[in-house]
Amino acid sequence: MFDPGAYSWMAEKVLVATWETIYMVLISTSLSYIVGLPLGVVLVTTADRHILENRGVNRVLGYIVNAVRSVPFIIFLILIIPLTRIIVGTSIGTAASIVPLTLAAIPFVARLVETSLKEIKWELVEAALSMGANAWQVISKVLLPEAMPSLSLGVAITAINLVGYSAMAGIVGGGGLGTLAYYYGHQRYENDIMWVTVIVLVLLVQLVQMGGDALAAKISNRRR
Amino acid sequence: MIKINNLTKIYHTPTREIVALEKVDLEVEKGEIFGIIGLSGAGKSTLVRCINMLEKPTEGSVIIDGTDITGLTSRELLSARQKIGMIFQHFNLLSSRTVFGNVAFPLEIAGLTGGKIKDRVGELLDLVGLSDRAGSHPSQLSGGQKQRVGIARALANRPKILLSDEATSALDPQTTGSILELLKDINRRFNLTILMIAHDMNVIKRACDRVAVIDRSRIVEVGKVIDIFSNPQTAVSRNFIGSVIDKEVPEHLLQCSNRQRPGTITRLIGVSFIGDSTGKPLISSMIKKFDVDANILYGNIDHIKDIPFGHLVLELTGEPGQVAGALDYLCGFGLEVEAIDSV
Ligand SMILES: Nc1ncnc2c1ncn2[C@@H]1O[C@H](COP(=O)(O)OP(=O)(O)O)[C@@H](O)[C@H]1O
Ligand SMILES: [Mg+2]
Repeated sequence: MFDPGAYSWMAEKVLVATWETIYMVLISTSLSYIVGLPLGVVLVTTADRHILENRGVNRVLGYIVNAVRSVPFIIFLILIIPLTRIIVGTSIGTAASIVPLTLAAIPFVARLVETSLKEIKWELVEAALSMGANAWQVISKVLLPEAMPSLSLGVAITAINLVGYSAMAGIVGGGGLGTLAYYYGHQRYENDIMWVTVIVLVLLVQLVQMGGDALAAKISNRRR
Repeated sequence: MIKINNLTKIYHTPTREIVALEKVDLEVEKGEIFGIIGLSGAGKSTLVRCINMLEKPTEGSVIIDGTDITGLTSRELLSARQKIGMIFQHFNLLSSRTVFGNVAFPLEIAGLTGGKIKDRVGELLDLVGLSDRAGSHPSQLSGGQKQRVGIARALANRPKILLSDEATSALDPQTTGSILELLKDINRRFNLTILMIAHDMNVIKRACDRVAVIDRSRIVEVGKVIDIFSNPQTAVSRNFIGSVIDKEVPEHLLQCSNRQRPGTITRLIGVSFIGDSTGKPLISSMIKKFDVDANILYGNIDHIKDIPFGHLVLELTGEPGQVAGALDYLCGFGLEVEAIDSV
């Protein structure tokens, strides 16, 4: 049962797949923040009575964000295959997975960022305005720094979600732990691989959550 | 310095319109500490927030040093605000920054950098007595210290005006006292005009030169604090003063009055002193001059800013002619004398 050759073969497969998953999650988390963070800021600041009040922009963005979020990821994945092909040239592999992962995460990130920024007391914004701060200064010197502990928890939540989503992408050939579990575990009934994959995924999620918690706590502690 | 004309502010909420200020006229002189007192919801915050345009007036103008700030472009408004400091009831310091960083904030906004910021923050922390706390975070400070940081921050860009919205309302009486002394000191040293909102007459009494009483969106009385204390014109003002100076004589004191000798009368009078006369022994000279007994039932001497202000309740007993003479004598010194009740 415990054949060393099979063991090292499996270890290598799992290691490669784990790295692919980490890679997909890292890249898609980063890319989704590059777009989602400004989007979240816009959602907050264009709201009524806020510093960049703009009802039209706020409503339209809100609708788009909700629309994308309401499509189940597995459907979204298939729906945007043509777009993925245009961008990456293929719809298979880790690079191809990054496209749907990122696009699906953007509206999610935007809402998370929005929630974090809304927690900041309006009085702090007013204090900055009373000193002559412009909108950009309010955003960069008040809203984002004040929300940093909550924003870093949001990054952890996003990354954890993307670990799960990346496994789904893996089932349609996206690479990473999802592909591994699907091909060897499901299609070839190699239950060992299935379980190892599950354990690695659990560990990965734990690690990300611990990292996020530690970062948030570190920032909060520094302010205490 | 600040001239407010016909200022009206109406808030539009989904359900109704709230008239927060109605046709307010007000003039604040350069270098004075001007108080605004009123009950909660009277419109005090709205009034000061119209001065730095945190609220846009529905109607009317706010003229600062000859410029109508309601007509400024948004860019002009940003630089105008740098010259109007503001402090708040709940301090509103940034938890993401140290004391140093909080005071540096307005300097960054004004475009200063590195060494200049460092020097100026040093001066300001010195001014408010917090040089040793530059590296602390706001959460490590007491309420009074937080407000000192707030004051340093508000003064960073050398404003002409300081707006204070209930800056001492969250502080205990002793800390309130030290913050008011700091503000008075800053007012004298820099000839800074201070507009100070309070709902507590003690604060106004202690720090302000003039005061406006605001009641249900309107200014009902404006004048020197001392004049309003000695001669309030409206019921609202009387209530505020009553909360500070208690002229009501407790019931049990009225009952222990002396038994009268035949041919004498007893009168209960209230005597208010302002300024110099508190230093003179008027009561004892009155007793020497007239054949009356004076029984002090109640007394209290207080200060309005730095002017002494006192109130006595006396029971005068003597022949009618002597009592009348004694009353005239007191009136002759410019004291305000009122009969409380004939016993
Ligand atoms: N942003 C706002 N929207 C609607 N109503 C407001 C707003 N700010 C203040 N008000 C209302 O305006 C009135 C005056 O408020 P305010 O100026 O804060 O009074 P004060 O500072 O004297 O307590 C109150 O009735 C208050 O509810
Ligand atoms: Mg108020």
